[in-house]
Amino acid sequence: MSARPKPGPAPARPQEPSPPAPEAYSFAVRSARRPAWSVWGERALEGAIYLCGISAIIFVLSIFFFVFKEAAPVLVGGEFSLTEFLFSPEWYPTSEENKRYGVLAMLAGTFSVTALAMVLAVPFGLGAAIYISEFCGSKLKETLKIVIELLAAIPSVVWGFVGLTVMSKLIVTYTGAPVGVNILNGGLILALMSVPIIVSIGEDSLKAVPDSYREAGVALGATKWQLVRRVLLPAAKNGLLAAVLLGVGRGVGETMAVLMATGHAVQIPHGILDSVRTLTANIAAELGEAPAGSDHYRVLFLTGVLLFSLTFVVNLGADLVVRGIRKK
Amino acid sequence: MKPDTPALFTETALVRRKYRQETVAKWVFFVMAAAMIIPLLLIVGYLMVKAAPSLTLGFLLDVPVRGMTEGGIWPAFVGTIYLVFISLAISAPIGILAAVYLNEYARDNWFNRVINLAVINLAGVPSIVHALFGLGAFVYAARFGYSILSASLTLAIMTLPVIVASTREALASVPRSFREACWNVGATRWQTIRAVVLPNSISGILTGVILQVSRAAGETAPIMFTGAVFYKAIEKGDLFAYGLHEQCMALSMHLYTISTQVPGVKESIPYATAVVLLGSVLLVNAAAIALRVYMRSRTKW
Repeated sequence: MSARPKPGPAPARPQEPSPPAPEAYSFAVRSARRPAWSVWGERALEGAIYLCGISAIIFVLSIFFFVFKEAAPVLVGGEFSLTEFLFSPEWYPTSEENKRYGVLAMLAGTFSVTALAMVLAVPFGLGAAIYISEFCGSKLKETLKIVIELLAAIPSVVWGFVGLTVMSKLIVTYTGAPVGVNILNGGLILALMSVPIIVSIGEDSLKAVPDSYREAGVALGATKWQLVRRVLLPAAKNGLLAAVLLGVGRGVGETMAVLMATGHAVQIPHGILDSVRTLTANIAAELGEAPAGSDHYRVLFLTGVLLFSLTFVVNLGADLVVRGIRKK
Repeated sequence: MKPDTPALFTETALVRRKYRQETVAKWVFFVMAAAMIIPLLLIVGYLMVKAAPSLTLGFLLDVPVRGMTEGGIWPAFVGTIYLVFISLAISAPIGILAAVYLNEYARDNWFNRVINLAVINLAGVPSIVHALFGLGAFVYAARFGYSILSASLTLAIMTLPVIVASTREALASVPRSFREACWNVGATRWQTIRAVVLPNSISGILTGVILQVSRAAGETAPIMFTGAVFYKAIEKGDLFAYGLHEQCMALSMHLYTISTQVPGVKESIPYATAVVLLGSVLLVNAAAIALRVYMRSRTKW
């Protein structure tokens, strides 16, 4: 963005004219010299503004630092192996003689639920974005955008509650699954939750395609559909990819909804109707029971480090993709 | 004109097919947009119907009784208000000043790109990781214990990106010529911000603050391990029930608890709690939207 304001001109001290006639320029002198407290007050305030500006960096770093700090002792403890943590599906943190901490099953849970959610949310989200951006009138467009904003505001615990009550009944009725809280339930809920973000980012990136592209297409006799397929989708593909990535980020990081809607089985799923547990849900479910300072507690923090890194990579990817568009 | 010249603007088979395709595409996309909204309406309607027997003013003002299987939600409601306003008091000033820095002072260099990236990432950090951070940093390292203070600080950091993003948008919408006019009469950077930029973007900033309220009110995971409890006995209708270093109940946490942890709750109570939570969040959001629409209609440039 090149529209950044350049530094404003410093208050110019007027050149004193050689024959001083005090009454003539008293106004200029008064406005040029500010009292010292005002100058220093302004400097202090600008210091505070700078500090707040960099606060985001401080917070992100301290999140990583504190979560890692709580997790670190288990890494050097000896009994714990990182390979087992990542690649073993055996999670028995409270076993008497043989405690095992493998999060593979939870990783599989997170990925299966997120993948299902994306399979549902991406086509519908992008379709809705296309409809809002290209096909509907301006009144309907405003209304739909407001509805999407409201949809995005629904708290995740309410979504979880919906999964637990409404959705699970529907699933038991229509699929005959023994329990209604499973991957399908979590995936549906998560899809409904991540659609708004996909729609709003997708719509933004379609809006960012210059109107001259559309005009050129129309001048060649293209219909709206031909325009969308041949011109807009290729032109906006980076933004749409970023929308999908942000949706994935939301899916991986979502906690309460999947905690309540996916059931509580630590297992590698074999089908869409199996119950699973996700990384986030696992922390939420067990942190309260793990005594502070125990290996179990530290492994849960390590799971947090893993989640932090996963979402960091996804968000970084989305940002790089978006930056790619701006550069062009 | 010779009679066998094909008329220029008649429909050929190709054109007809083209428009048929367009109609199909339009309807497909319409259905996709509708498929997103209809479930929402159905769900909200279903929740309302199920909640109806419990939805009274008494339900809001009463305290839970008999192991939370009956009664109202007052302690949770007040707790949520406490958490929201304390977290707002912490994050609104920081967030607004951060946005001022990013929009008014920062140049486009690598350092400020890192700040932008940090803001984006802060928004993307999973809520449960915020909870872990709050537990490690505020509850243990800063020795605030499990308290409203710890929970509010955690919430404040979590909702910071919301306010930064919307304030930045509001500041960016003030035309550059306004600033230039102000600089040209000799105002410094901060004087310009105070006298011209902030007054012209106040409604946008306010919208951001309101959105932050709704976000903070709905979050569960970050407060679960930092300051919210399953149950705390307070007086019915008591508005000053909690101290800063005490734990509190919260609406979102209460909904989670009574729908998963407590057996034998009267059926309509969890639904009514969900409706109250959903209703307050949506109302606050609608207020933000209404403010934005109203202000946009009054914008002079």
